[in-house]
Amino acid sequence: MSDFFTAGWSVYIAIVTVAGLIGCLALLVIAARRRVMAGDNTTGHVWDEDLRELNNPLPRWWMWLFVLTVIFSAAYLAMYPGLGSAPGSLGWSSLSQYQQEQQRAHAESAPLYAGFAKMPAAELARNPQAMAIGERLFANNCATCHGADARGSKGFPNLTDGDWLWGGAPEKIEETITQGRQGTMPPMAAAVGNGEDVRNVANYVLSLSDSPHDAIAASRGRSKFIACAACHGPGGKGNQALGVPNLADKVWLHGWGEEAIVGMVNNGKTNVMPAHAGRLSSEQIHVLAAYVWGLSNSAAVPAAAASGSTGTP
Amino acid sequence: MNRVIPIKPVPVAPLAAAKADTADPAGPELVSLYEKQKKIYPRSVHGWFSRWRWLLVWLTQALFYGLPWLPWQGRPAVLFDLAARRFYIFDLVLYPQDFIYLTGMLVLSAFGLFFFTAVAGRLWCGYACPQTVYTEIFLWIEQRFEGERGARMKLDAGPWTAEKLWRKGGKHAVWLLIGLWTGFTFVGYFTPIRVLWAEAFTLNFGPWEWFWVNFYGLATYGNAGFLREQVCKYMCPYARFQSAMFDRDTLIVSYDSARGDPRGTRGRNTDLAAANLGHCIDCKLCVHVCPVGIDIRDGLQYECIACTACIDACDGVMDKMKYPRGLIRYATENGVQNGWSRAQMFRRILRPRVLIYGTVLLLVAIAFVISLGLRHTLKVDVVRDRMTLARIVDEGWVENVYRLQLMNATERPQRYGIEAMGIDGARTLQAGPAGAASDSAVQVDVDSAQARWVTLAVRVPPASAKALGGGAHVLQFRIVPASEPGRAVKEKSTFVVPR
Repeated sequence: MSDFFTAGWSVYIAIVTVAGLIGCLALLVIAARRRVMAGDNTTGHVWDEDLRELNNPLPRWWMWLFVLTVIFSAAYLAMYPGLGSAPGSLGWSSLSQYQQEQQRAHAESAPLYAGFAKMPAAELARNPQAMAIGERLFANNCATCHGADARGSKGFPNLTDGDWLWGGAPEKIEETITQGRQGTMPPMAAAVGNGEDVRNVANYVLSLSDSPHDAIAASRGRSKFIACAACHGPGGKGNQALGVPNLADKVWLHGWGEEAIVGMVNNGKTNVMPAHAGRLSSEQIHVLAAYVWGLSNSAAVPAAAASGSTGTP
Repeated sequence: MNRVIPIKPVPVAPLAAAKADTADPAGPELVSLYEKQKKIYPRSVHGWFSRWRWLLVWLTQALFYGLPWLPWQGRPAVLFDLAARRFYIFDLVLYPQDFIYLTGMLVLSAFGLFFFTAVAGRLWCGYACPQTVYTEIFLWIEQRFEGERGARMKLDAGPWTAEKLWRKGGKHAVWLLIGLWTGFTFVGYFTPIRVLWAEAFTLNFGPWEWFWVNFYGLATYGNAGFLREQVCKYMCPYARFQSAMFDRDTLIVSYDSARGDPRGTRGRNTDLAAANLGHCIDCKLCVHVCPVGIDIRDGLQYECIACTACIDACDGVMDKMKYPRGLIRYATENGVQNGWSRAQMFRRILRPRVLIYGTVLLLVAIAFVISLGLRHTLKVDVVRDRMTLARIVDEGWVENVYRLQLMNATERPQRYGIEAMGIDGARTLQAGPAGAASDSAVQVDVDSAQARWVTLAVRVPPASAKALGGGAHVLQFRIVPASEPGRAVKEKSTFVVPR
C-alpha cells in the first residue's frame, strides 16, 4: 500500500531523490576545481584587508569516499525501498522481515513444543524448561489481569488458591484459555424481595462460609436463598459446569463483606475471560495450562521454577 | 621570535593584478582542491626519546595482546561478554547498569588528556596512541624488507622486478598477519580467547567473529600501513582542538631558531661568528625522520604529533658537530623566546590551568576508586506489578504486588532475604505455590553472575492500612545477602492503600 494520495507524489519524490544524488556528484565536480586567481597558492580572496584563503588540498581519497557514498546510495535505492514507493529489487519490507523472523522462531521452537505437547500437565509442571516458558507466557498474556503472582484481584480470579469457577483439571484450564469464558450473574433483587430481604440473604451467604455475619439476619435470609439456589445450588456450593461460584468458601472474587454481596444481588455482573485461541498456539496453551495448573498443585512443582526465573536484564 | 603560526609568508599579489589574471584571454588556469597524497618515507632514528617510544610500544602491546590470555579463577581476567551482558574485569563483575563506571573512565581519560596536553603537549599522540604505535611497528617491518628511507624511495620509483615483488609481498604478508592477529586479539576480549583460538583452527567462527576479526585486522593493516599520518591530519579531532589546551608555557617540541639560524652547511671547524652561521647545519635530517612530513623548524604545526623523532635526529647531529644538544627540544614558547633555562621553564608548569586540570583529575580519580570500592555486589530493581494498584484479601488485609529484579554481581551463588520495611506489620509473601505469608524474609537463591526476577506480594494488616489511610505510602525493601548480612541493599517503592 502506498502512503501517498496519488502516485504522482511517489514519482515526485523519486525525481527529487535522484536529482539530489546527481546534484551531489555535480557539486563535487564543480567544487573540486577552481580558477587560480593569484599566483601564490591562495584562492585570491582577501578579507579584512589582509586575510587570504590558502589552497590546502585535501587528499584525493577523501573525495573518493564521497563518491563511494553516492554509489552506495544509488545501489541501496536500487535494492531496497526508498525511491518513492518503488519496492526495490530485493523486495524487502519490514513486515516480510518480521514474518520471516517469526517463522524462523516458530520453526526453531517447534520440536521443543512438539515434545511438550505429548507430555501430560503433571509431567510438564515438573519440567523446569517448560515452566520457564510457561512463566513467560503467563507474564505476557495473563499477568495484566491476574497479576504477576497470579493471585488476581477483585473481579480477576486468583489462580493459586485451588478454587475454580470452571474446573481446575488441566484440560478444563486449557479449555478456559482457548475459548475464554463468560460468567453472568443476573440482577436478582426482584426475585429475592425488598432491600431488607437482600441484606438478610447476604448475611446468609456469609454464614455459609462461617464468615463474620449477623446470625439473626442470616436465619431470616435462608428462605430467600431459594432464588439463588437455582444456580448456586441449595448449599451454595456452585456448579463448575456453568461457571457458578461456590459461595460456601472464603474466596470473594467480587468483594468481601455484606455490602459487596448486596451489590452483586442488586446489580448482577457479567465477567469475561477473553479467548486466546487466536493469540497463542495450541501447544503454547498446553504449556501455559500446565503452568497455571501447577500454581495450585504445589507438590508437583519444583519451587524454584514456579517462583522466579533466571535471565539477563 | 613571534608567536609561530605555520603560514609561510607569501608575496601579496595586488588585487588589480589578480583581476588581470582572470581576464587572461587564454583562460584561467584550473587547480584541483584535492591532490594525490604524497607518500612520506620517514627515516629511522635512534636516541633517548626513541627508546622511550619503543618501551611504550612494548608496554602497550604486551598489555593489549597479553591481557585476554590471562586466566583468572577459571575464566579470562578480562572478558566483555556481550551476549550475556556481563563484563568481567579481574574480580569485578559489571552489569550494563554499571555504565556509570565507563562514563567515569571517559571523564578520567578526558581530564588526563587535558592535563598532559597542558603540561607537555601531545604526549598521548607521540607515545601511546595506537595509531602511532602501530605505525611505528609497521614502519619497522617495512624497513626490514625494503631498507632505509633512500632505498625505499628508490624501490618505489623503480620498475617491478622479482626482488621488488618479494620485498613488497613479504612486507604486506607480515603486515596482514599482524593485522589479523590484532583483530583476533580484539575479538578475544569479547569471546574467551582460548575458545576463539580453538575455533580458529577449525575455522569455526560465528558470523560476527568472522566479521570483526577481519574488519579490525584490515583496519589495522590499512591505518598503520597506508593511512598513517593522514588519520592524524584529517580524521583525528585532537589536532584541531589541541590549541585550546596549549598556552605559551606548554612544553612542545621546539626548534630554537635564535640558536639555530642562520642555517647553512659548514665544515666541522668553521668559525660560526665569522661565517655568520647558527647551529643548524641544514642537514634536513629532522625533516627526513618526521612521520608526518613537516619541517619542525617552521614552528609548532597542527600536524606535529610530538613523536620527538626530530629531537633524537638533531641531537645525533649536534653530537657529531660537537655542538651542545637541544637545538630541537622540549621547550615552551616563552622559554624559547626568552632563552630560559630548563629550571625556569619547569617553574612555570604549576600554573592555574594545570592546577585546575590536575585537581579535577585527582578528585574524579578518588571518587572513581571510592565508588568502585563501595559498590554493592547486589543490585535490585523494584517494579510495581502492572496489574491493579492494590487488592483487599482475606478479612481486610491489603496486598500490593511487586516484581524485584535481583542482580548478583558476584561469582558465587547467593541467597538473599527480602523484607518489607516502613509499614507496621507488613509481611512478604512469595508468589507461587510454595509461597506463604510470613513475618520472616522471603528467601531467594540467585546463581553466580545471574539476574533473577522475583514476584512477591506485600501484605499489610487491616489496622495498619486504616492508620495509613488511602493513597500511596513509602515502602522499603531490604535485601540481605546471606553471605554478607552487613551489606544489605535498601530500595524504595510505594505501597498503595485503596481509598
